[in-house]
Amino acid sequence: MPATDTSVRASIVVDAPIERAFAVFTDGIETWWPPEHHILQADLAGMTFEPRAGGQVYDRGVDGSECRWARVLAYEPPDRVVFSWDINTQWEVETDRDKTSEVEVRFVSEGTDRTRVELEHRKLDRHGDGWEQVRGAVGSDDGWAVGLRRFAAVARAT
Amino acid sequence: MGELARELPVSRPAVSQHLKVLKDAGLVIDRRAGSRRIYQLDPEGVGALRAYLDRFWSQALTAFKAAVEQGDEEVS
Repeated sequence: MPATDTSVRASIVVDAPIERAFAVFTDGIETWWPPEHHILQADLAGMTFEPRAGGQVYDRGVDGSECRWARVLAYEPPDRVVFSWDINTQWEVETDRDKTSEVEVRFVSEGTDRTRVELEHRKLDRHGDGWEQVRGAVGSDDGWAVGLRRFAAVARAT
Repeated sequence: MGELARELPVSRPAVSQHLKVLKDAGLVIDRRAGSRRIYQLDPEGVGALRAYLDRFWSQALTAFKAAVEQGDEEVS
């Protein structure tokens, strides 16, 4: 991928009908979202994905605190959902919308019980500079160390 | 690059090839110094963010697949 690419893409095929895939991704977000990936001070109690364009995605802490880190930009069940990523380089909620990226998720039926999910996280350049923090996170043991071990393993197989 | 190749249990061409991948991904930049080529993590750009999110979404979608396929108790 060229260095100028400002998107990250990922996709997966799930053994489930498209309606269920969409429902689990949105309404059921707290059943699969990696629980350590939240920016609340308190431990995570749950997550809410408001099912409408103009809604929000927010994390709820065990102490009652909330973190509203995404705006639902498009909500088109069961085909498509788009939400913003309002988290800045300091791991805080970004209030300047010009400095937020967005995530588009498309659901494509490949049969009655099979759905392809295509995700694109784009406009990453809008977060601007200051990603030393992220580089720090990537540099932690589960980041670059894992990456480099994998690098060594892949390179060895070459 | 020679220093990297010495540290890793792989051949010099293999290291060169993989550094090219990291460069194309915007994670490292390189410059020539005489006959040597120096690689460093790219301090600018979105490479670090992309690397982080690439890992994050891959992990998240794997967990999502497990949740979707585990039955209908949580979400109908």
